[in-house]
Amino acid sequence: MNLDAHLPILQIIVPLMTAPVVSLLRVPSLPWAAATVTSGLAFAVAVTLTGQVLAGGPMSYALGGWVPPYGIELYVDHFSALLLLIITGASTVALAFGKASLDQEVGHERAPMFYAAWLLVVAGLCGIVATGDAFNLFVFLEISSLATYVLIASAPDRRALMATFRYLILGTVGATFYLIGVGLIYMMTGTLNLADMTDRIAEVGELRPVLVAAGFITVGLALKAAMFPLHAWMPNAYTFAPHAATAFLAACSTKAAIYVLIRFDLTVFLPHLSDHAEQVSGFFIPLAVLAFLIGSAVAVFERNLKRMLGYSSVAQIGYILLGLALLSPLALTGAIVHLFNHALMKSALFMAVACLAFRAGSVQLPDLAGCGRAMPLTMGAFVLAGLSMIGVPLTAGFVSKWYLILACLEYGPLGYVLAGGILVSSLLAVAYVWKVVEAAYFQPRPEGARELREAPPAMLAVLWLVALGNVWFGIDTDLTLGLAEQAAATLLGDGS
Amino acid sequence: MSPETTIVAALVTPLIGAVGIALTGRLPNLRESVTLVTAGVLAVLVWSLVPQVMAGARPELLVTTMLGGLSIAFEIEPLGMLFGALAASLWIVNSIYSIGYMRGNDEKHQTRFYVCFAIAIFAALGVAFAGNLLTLFVFYEVLTISTYPLVSHKGDPATVRSARVYLGILLSTSIGLLLPAMIWTYAEAGTLDFTAGGILGDVAGPALGVLLGLYAFGIGKAALMPVHRWLPSAMVAPTPVSALLHAVAVVKAGVFTVLKVVVYVFGLDTLTEAGAQQWLVWVSGGTVVLASLIAMTKDNLKARLAYSTVSQLSYIVLGAALATASGVIGAAMHIATHAAGKITLFFCAGAIYTALHRTEVSELRGLGRTMPFTFAAFTVGAISIIGLPPFGGAWSKWFLTLGALEAGELFAVAVLMVSSLLNIVYLLQIPLLAFFRAPASGSVPEGVQEAPLPCLIAIGITSLLCVVLFFGADPLYELTRLLPSS
Repeated sequence: MNLDAHLPILQIIVPLMTAPVVSLLRVPSLPWAAATVTSGLAFAVAVTLTGQVLAGGPMSYALGGWVPPYGIELYVDHFSALLLLIITGASTVALAFGKASLDQEVGHERAPMFYAAWLLVVAGLCGIVATGDAFNLFVFLEISSLATYVLIASAPDRRALMATFRYLILGTVGATFYLIGVGLIYMMTGTLNLADMTDRIAEVGELRPVLVAAGFITVGLALKAAMFPLHAWMPNAYTFAPHAATAFLAACSTKAAIYVLIRFDLTVFLPHLSDHAEQVSGFFIPLAVLAFLIGSAVAVFERNLKRMLGYSSVAQIGYILLGLALLSPLALTGAIVHLFNHALMKSALFMAVACLAFRAGSVQLPDLAGCGRAMPLTMGAFVLAGLSMIGVPLTAGFVSKWYLILACLEYGPLGYVLAGGILVSSLLAVAYVWKVVEAAYFQPRPEGARELREAPPAMLAVLWLVALGNVWFGIDTDLTLGLAEQAAATLLGDGS
Repeated sequence: MSPETTIVAALVTPLIGAVGIALTGRLPNLRESVTLVTAGVLAVLVWSLVPQVMAGARPELLVTTMLGGLSIAFEIEPLGMLFGALAASLWIVNSIYSIGYMRGNDEKHQTRFYVCFAIAIFAALGVAFAGNLLTLFVFYEVLTISTYPLVSHKGDPATVRSARVYLGILLSTSIGLLLPAMIWTYAEAGTLDFTAGGILGDVAGPALGVLLGLYAFGIGKAALMPVHRWLPSAMVAPTPVSALLHAVAVVKAGVFTVLKVVVYVFGLDTLTEAGAQQWLVWVSGGTVVLASLIAMTKDNLKARLAYSTVSQLSYIVLGAALATASGVIGAAMHIATHAAGKITLFFCAGAIYTALHRTEVSELRGLGRTMPFTFAAFTVGAISIIGLPPFGGAWSKWFLTLGALEAGELFAVAVLMVSSLLNIVYLLQIPLLAFFRAPASGSVPEGVQEAPLPCLIAIGITSLLCVVLFFGADPLYELTRLLPSS
């Protein structure tokens, strides 16, 4: 049997099948080890898959041998390959990084369930981006969401439960909206296969239900993606989740929703609904601009480091949605490459925060004053990733912003205003990164504060690996831009 | 050594020096030796490139290519050679001075001071040798950030507040204006490489004017009004920092970038044909006069020198805005001659502070007898800045005036003349007070009381340099003449 042909399904079932096993392991540290190895394996699968897609084009996999569109189809192209890399990569580094931090927060007793849930999140997210079937996608969406609630609620802070509950309510609303939309489309076309759906909508005479479906699906997924003003669940969920889990979730949970949003809007709706381009631009552009302006502005005034980074994510998602809304190859390339680059910078930032919290026991800025002297390596990585988030040349963040701004300038008069907005938001990012730098390096330790020392070498090694990744992918852009350009061309090519 | 190797060596040397300084922090004498040796090696390396560049070679070094034809690359042309050689040479003198000053005043955190200084020099060289705008931008930002700890050296709340103004203005102008200008340039020209004759030939006139505005104000280090506020704020730094960074490396990196952008990104012909630079003549001319007027009102010596710097920097921007051959030559020469003059003045201000702890102009009355050497040197620096022979400043003002006449800008000629008169008033007033006015009773110490010897040596060298730049200005002229003027 040739294993290569079965990689798309392995990508999902490896973590899915290991999860129940992990939940049974009662030896301390074993659940962590099993989860890390499984996640690493999933990453290896993603890398191999990406290699195959780059070499031989998109891969289709008929589940159980049932030919699509009748059976469930898994479909991996450049866009999904990039997302698979993000998801499995972020999970692997967060697990490899987080042992000590998670032991401290989650404890050995609850560890089996926690790591099982973690693997289910990985399986769910991989499923979302690998499947070619709209209903199957909903199932994976629910798997990943339910498991995510478990991850967040595992934190020792009781407020995590409240944050989880809020996320659960809003997440369920979002998923339900998505399901209503898919139901409407199924009603009109009789198919759930995404590719088949695209073909059949062309034959549908009455498009009004499809338009309504577009509305439901867009809003539902926007909620899942924490698009402004539907982001209310996100900053608290990030703040109260276990630190290492935040590093994982912040890197990829919203990305999967954005992936589905881009895929649905550009391949299913855009080619068939008249005026849909105006609808997409008119809906997303104002919200994206508000997202990055307000998100960054709130972050400037936030004193809780994790919540600050949460609001910064609201802003970064704004950039990505702006890239979608401009509907040009350049902009979409920028948006897609920013999915990857943002994962890179945010996971590094949250890992650095996890190191700080591990030693200082707090993520409040005043409690972290003067930590730069005691934890120079941690703060060094934070600054590096912060520069990437600002978009300084030679970092990954610069690459995506460069593309977005060029796309704005191409867009016409309104584009100049948008480019201005991006720059204002970048300046705000300078302000909030600087606030942390100043507290860490130029303020003395408060009286009676806990004595700090550098984080454990294992955490630092992974942290720096990701932080340097920000530099690497800021200079060598062949892989990321290559995938993103191809993905953008395919998505928009189908549209025209 | 091949030119490529020399470029790499010149860039790496200050970094190695920084590491060496950090490692030898416990042994001050060894640490200062490391600084001096590094500065010496660096100067030799940089100067070894001068003959090649003057012979017409343009040493290049491509580090890496990134997206869309953007790259990190170095290419040494005459202007960068001039700025690089200037920064590297004056680093030696300034290091000698720093030793006297920092020890004389018992400053804290001296290791951090010398480390940051070495990194700042590294960044200045990167700016000087950059082969495209992106590379220049990266080093420009490194320069801003590496000098922040130097400006906030004292660490008390007032200093930190001023340092925040410094960082805030420099970062926000560069990210808010210079970066968009770069992206706009790339969107129009498809490249960011410095090219003789410019790369913006196809852009319409009004857009060209706006773009020039983004550059002129985005390069906050050039201190064009109204983005000059950071420079007086930076005066809270120890005087050696004010001397090298705010008379040479940082501010000169600013005007150097303006000049470089005008010559190699816009191209003089493109600008003059579109008339897009006309407004800059007015704004820079206005800055020259206004800053001089403000300088006259300042009693604090360093504040007065800071506004004098703002005014003198706009000479260089004005030279660039004239967009004529002589204007550009004058502007380039002024980078060197003003550096020699202004560093002397700052050295003297620091010497007065070290020896007598005086900071205000009005406190200097009658001190000429106490610090004769310092005030003599101050006179030399002041006359050079005013632009009178036999000091270097005369030549740059000569060519700037020539450039203004070539361009038919009588306004610019008038500005240069008025400014010279104002310079005489607010700069020469200081040695006149010291030498010829009776001291306030009992406030002057008996006998001669000069600053520590290293300070005096440094002051001597830079004063001499002012004279050398007058009599030996030919190589400087030959170098600046190589700049592409059409």
